[in-house]
Amino acid sequence: MALLPPKNRLWWNEPLHRMEAIWISIAFVWGLLMFFVMIWWHINGNQNMSNESYRIQPDVFADRTEAFIQAYQVGADDFGTPIVRPPAGSDVYLAARLWDFYPILELVEGETYRVRISSLDWQHGFSLQPTNINLQIHPGIEMVITLTPNETGAFGIVCNEFCGIGHHLMVGRINVIDRETAALAAATSVAGEQ
Amino acid sequence: MATIAIPGQIGEAAEERFRTCPDTGLHVHAKAETLIRVNLITAVTFLGIGGLLGLLVALTRWQAVHLLPAEMFYMVLTAHGAAVLLFWIMFFEVALFYFTSAVVLRSRLATPNIAWLAYALMLIGALTATVAVLQGRSSVMFTSYVPLQAEPHFYIGLILFAVGMLITCFIFLGTLVIAKDEGTYEGSVPLATFGGLTGVIIMIFTLASGAIILIPTLLWSVGIIGHIDPLTYKLVWWGMGHSSQQVNVTMHVVVWYTIAALLLGARPLSEKVSRSAFLLYILFLQLASAHHLLVEPGISSTWKIFNTSYAMYLAVLGSMIHGMSVPGAIEAAQRRLGHTKGIFGWLREAPWGNPAFAALMLSLVMFGFLGGISGVILGTEQINILMHNTLYVPGHFHATVVSGTTLAFMGVTYLLIPIFFRRDIVFPKIAQWQPYVFAIGTAGIALFMMGAGTLGVSRRHWDITFTDALITFDYPATAFFMLGLNGLSAIIATVGGAMYVIVVVASIVWGKRRTEEDAKTNPIAPGAAVLAQYGGEDTFKLPGTIVLVSVFFIAFALYYFINWRFLAGIWPMS
Repeated sequence: MALLPPKNRLWWNEPLHRMEAIWISIAFVWGLLMFFVMIWWHINGNQNMSNESYRIQPDVFADRTEAFIQAYQVGADDFGTPIVRPPAGSDVYLAARLWDFYPILELVEGETYRVRISSLDWQHGFSLQPTNINLQIHPGIEMVITLTPNETGAFGIVCNEFCGIGHHLMVGRINVIDRETAALAAATSVAGEQ
Repeated sequence: MATIAIPGQIGEAAEERFRTCPDTGLHVHAKAETLIRVNLITAVTFLGIGGLLGLLVALTRWQAVHLLPAEMFYMVLTAHGAAVLLFWIMFFEVALFYFTSAVVLRSRLATPNIAWLAYALMLIGALTATVAVLQGRSSVMFTSYVPLQAEPHFYIGLILFAVGMLITCFIFLGTLVIAKDEGTYEGSVPLATFGGLTGVIIMIFTLASGAIILIPTLLWSVGIIGHIDPLTYKLVWWGMGHSSQQVNVTMHVVVWYTIAALLLGARPLSEKVSRSAFLLYILFLQLASAHHLLVEPGISSTWKIFNTSYAMYLAVLGSMIHGMSVPGAIEAAQRRLGHTKGIFGWLREAPWGNPAFAALMLSLVMFGFLGGISGVILGTEQINILMHNTLYVPGHFHATVVSGTTLAFMGVTYLLIPIFFRRDIVFPKIAQWQPYVFAIGTAGIALFMMGAGTLGVSRRHWDITFTDALITFDYPATAFFMLGLNGLSAIIATVGGAMYVIVVVASIVWGKRRTEEDAKTNPIAPGAAVLAQYGGEDTFKLPGTIVLVSVFFIAFALYYFINWRFLAGIWPMS
């Protein structure tokens, strides 16, 4: 540099070297690819976010959850939390509140449900384990998500949005049973009613 | 104001305000220098406090230790986030803003008295917010999502801090005007200044978003406003929360270029390419608010996909460009200095014993491989379903702001102390090992939190054994193992952080004063001349850099598609 007088150059007039051009092109194409994979997955993938949601008053959502529980309750756990077995394909209500998920759901493997989730107070997290589905729950917004359990077992719903001092106590449950168990249970309850 | 200067004429009064740094040849404005010193010391103080709080958090999440009770855990976690993510990094950035404007441009700093006012506001704000958190009724986490409510002085503290930072931004811009006016440089500004300007522009956007949301939230906390919509809050809050992290990225990229320039005389490969990459940051980084809203109800997938990808990954493109041009600049400089053996001779013969260089390289590699890749994966709309609010999120951002930003800032401190405090670094052996110890610790923190997050472990959670809960769930034993390893890594990182604080404090207090003679016999910044110059490297024979970016790209692509496979395994949902 010392041989030349300082040049009053402007950065945007500099040339682009071949090595730089190649790397920038690779990075740009890779970015486009990652962008279109997201769109492709919306068309062809099986795990996508729902685009259906509604504004709802928390007390209205609470009432609907109560009505849902009355219609389909099959029992209660040791602490009195209702266990609800909704029919396949139906609308299912799950309320998050300080500090529990209400009610316990019993779903059938391979069946599809329209799960309506909302919070009655603060924001909460819906972290379904161990399948590992993590969603955000807002007060005042009802998220409608179509869910198809593909394995049986007892699944925990862990709140993963900090919601105050009882946050770490906030766990819910979804039990997934297979079709035969569900049919058997249905037959027993019909027999019981007769 | 006493500092009005007459363009083109340097009187005696003006002359005594400057000194020529024997180590760098920079023309340093005395008032700017004092401000840089004070902001650096304040930053390091908050790092010391915030780092220890972080250790308490990690030791609590290590279930076998489970150090703090629940209430204190949430309080300490809130304080940890504020002390390091806001106060440590942003006070350091103030020093960098003054460095990249006044010092690099050889100019006087605009309105130094107002810069002191800005500092006072930031300090008062930081202390007010910290006190509010420590009082225990503002444990709202870094994010403070409504309807979770903190006490009014928590928000007041943050607002004062932000106002101080905003003033700093305008002092930076004012200094550019003065430098241009007084002709302290010719042509385009040096790259460090350009990067600093990028940081300032994003910072102003960030602070504007913060003002839009924090002022109403303050009014809500004192009861003047009745309701704040949680979703709107999140959208705007992350316009501040995420964009401020983009300032951090910008400033640590500036630091990478700066360390490489000071130590090796490295120039950017091409001024056009490096600056275009910064420009991509300005144009697209702000869309990243969407990263935090990917599994939110009430927002369409179209909006999410466009925004989460920074409009087709154009800001990621910027980072990938720096990912090539920073190692490329180092390779080019090393080859020019005669280290030309083979593909990696330049790397083998690099000054690994110099803590500034070691910190630069470790920060570069860990930010790229751990922070960058995980960030893109986390920000993919559908893959976010696997990771939202799990420990994967703090795993990712510890890789970016701790392994990346904090380590880079630590590295440049080893140069800033001799330059601005005119003292030698004491305990050179401790300083030499410090970046490695800290890097091992933070790499562990990032990796083990990401590992636990992949297993679904929730972030910000006091007890994943759910001992007192009515309904429980058993996380796999591996998850507990990961949290244990995270705790151990946090201890290592704390040792590395303590080494840094000790070296910094001891050097400032007891370091041998550097004389003009020292600058000749024991140069600390032999390449300093290029820092304040414009111009790129002329050589592009860089086989080592080509191998490095190829390895990076393969790792990126593999990990990206592995996560789509993970996603395909969960319950079908739509």
